Amino acid sequence: MHLLEIKNLHANVDGHEILKGINLILNPGEVHSIMGPNGSGKSTLAQVLSRHPAYEVTDGEVLYNGKDLLAMKPEEAACEGVFLAFQYPVEIPGISNTYFLRSALNAIRKYRGEDEMDAMDFLPMFREKLKLLEMDDKLMNRSVNEGFSGGEKKRNEILQMAILQPKLAILDETDSGLDIDALRIVANGVNALRGPERAMLVVTHYQRLLNYIVPDFVHVLVDGRIVRSGGKELALELEEKGYGWIEAEAQPTSA
Amino acid sequence: MTTTAIEKLDHHLHTFTEFAKRASGPSWLKKLREDAFARFCETGFPTTRDEDWRFTNVSAIARTPFELAQSATHLSNADIAQWHMENSAAELVFVDGYYVPELSRLQGVKGTVTNLQPAITSKEVESHLGRYLNIHRDPFSALNTAFAADGAYVRIRRGTLLENPIHLLFVSTQANTPRMVHPRNLLVCEMETQATFIEQYVSLGTGTVLSNSATELIAGENSNISHYMIEREDTAAFNVSTLRIQQERSSNVASHSLLLGGGLVRNNVHPVLAGEGSECLINGLFVGSGKQHLDNYMHVEHASPHCSSRQFYNGILDDHAHGVFHGRIVVHKDAQKTDAKQTNRNLLLSDDAQIDTKPQLEIYADDVKCTHGATIGQIEENALFYLRSRGIDEVSARRLLLLAFASECLDRMKPGPAQAHAEQLIHAHLLNVADHAHSQSARTSKGTGRNWEEVG
Repeated sequence: MHLLEIKNLHANVDGHEILKGINLILNPGEVHSIMGPNGSGKSTLAQVLSRHPAYEVTDGEVLYNGKDLLAMKPEEAACEGVFLAFQYPVEIPGISNTYFLRSALNAIRKYRGEDEMDAMDFLPMFREKLKLLEMDDKLMNRSVNEGFSGGEKKRNEILQMAILQPKLAILDETDSGLDIDALRIVANGVNALRGPERAMLVVTHYQRLLNYIVPDFVHVLVDGRIVRSGGKELALELEEKGYGWIEAEAQPTSA
Repeated sequence: MTTTAIEKLDHHLHTFTEFAKRASGPSWLKKLREDAFARFCETGFPTTRDEDWRFTNVSAIARTPFELAQSATHLSNADIAQWHMENSAAELVFVDGYYVPELSRLQGVKGTVTNLQPAITSKEVESHLGRYLNIHRDPFSALNTAFAADGAYVRIRRGTLLENPIHLLFVSTQANTPRMVHPRNLLVCEMETQATFIEQYVSLGTGTVLSNSATELIAGENSNISHYMIEREDTAAFNVSTLRIQQERSSNVASHSLLLGGGLVRNNVHPVLAGEGSECLINGLFVGSGKQHLDNYMHVEHASPHCSSRQFYNGILDDHAHGVFHGRIVVHKDAQKTDAKQTNRNLLLSDDAQIDTKPQLEIYADDVKCTHGATIGQIEENALFYLRSRGIDEVSARRLLLLAFASECLDRMKPGPAQAHAEQLIHAHLLNVADHAHSQSARTSKGTGRNWEEVG
């Protein structure tokens, strides 16, 4: 069975159609990259899959592990193993990072019928993941993302992913705005999570990230549709030629 | 003034005459009561034309023929077990305005801890009672003084450090006819003392009840005092409370107000920074739903140089609840180097909830720092989605966000039994609010939109 099967997905935001018939299949163990120019619908796809209530699906179907993903609430999708690393992680003053992470982990464990983890068990695991992402302990007692730098916020997203161990990880422009050191750390964190059970959907605007997280497949999204799919060499071609030629190619079909 | 209002003043005149006949007390107290009642008759109840009462209409109080309770309803320890505080230094329980010794615990404090009545003839009470409360500005303070009969009297001796709080519990029982109580507390903390007081108002049963309390708190030189006002009464209750704080040199006072219950609630906090170098923190959280009306009226008087005051009030309002934050800061001519700050943050959970926030600065000195600010917002949809996308269900996510908002208020309390008590109450209360908000969430608009709006 496929892990994720997207069939003819159409979605609106504020009444505007952004996704115009996406078809995509992900199997366990695969890393897919979605590339495309600004406004092509990359982030919308990521948000729809993580069940953001502001996005309205007008047509199509998404099967996740054989289940209807579009019928799930965001928390249900998360408990079933869907994880979105946000393009713009949200600051939440007044909730400590540690408390937030433990609440999330325990919510998921409870959903799966596992025992909640107490602070004693949680902390050693937590420290180990912090090391993986080269993060300072001090950040953890601060409020969620509050006062974090851009790089710290993105690392915090991957930290959450490392702790929650999703089956489907969606990375929404995780590389945007990162310097090369931060990018390397984030990519290491992501690569450490690659495995035969887990699929990843890496949404990015730049090919640079794919030097560090090497995808099995690359898809190009233009105007709400996937107009071309290929191997990792497609990303290099895009880097060289830009998106112009592919947009031009896509024109006749969308007319 | 309308005819009904005059009739009701007649009703109060009758009640007062009866009360004055049987009330005991020395002659100075009788005169204090009579003067106060005379003052009340001059003004009557305030109206919304009154600047101090612009956002709070008390006509429902003015037209109700309240009576004093003839005696306390008999209650057992089991009846009030839920409100006992185990970690308290002493506990005074008042039922329908009457002190109940069987339910109270007085030992454990160096100094005087008692109800006011047995101490009323002492010189000390005479030298303080009524000296600070302003009966000319506030008709409810006048009415409280007119009917002043009992309450708590605490005197903490010089140098005494109390670790655990003194708990003053005011219980209203079922009222089949409208009933009023006028608790009057006198808390005298001498030089270099450290103490915490909790004034807590609760209901057993429902009914039309007016609790109109007044507390005079004297913070001696270099003392460190915390005061908690916790309103948890039934939503049919009217509650007007006034805390008048007199601060001497280098004293440090924190006033924490938690308005969780009550139907129409007015909480007055009036510190006077009379001694040089004194500091005060006025911290509060009000959480309203249904048709609750929660009015916070602050009047901070800087009367000496080098004093600082901080006001932080957070409000959470759902349904048709109406909140008021009125922060008045007066800096007298001699109070140079005053540092006063006022912040009011509000979270509105429904389209029909309302907040009126009004800063009022009166500055007569020329070398001072005064700032104020207010914000109004909603639960941030993006934050809610962020939490949910990590597996946390919607009710828990809402609760977390409400707790985060309220935690600012908890963080400003000193760690200890009083803070733990406040934290537990807030957590339990916000769980209900989050649950309720969730069941109503169908009517809230989708979309993200703007979240915080600067209003001052």
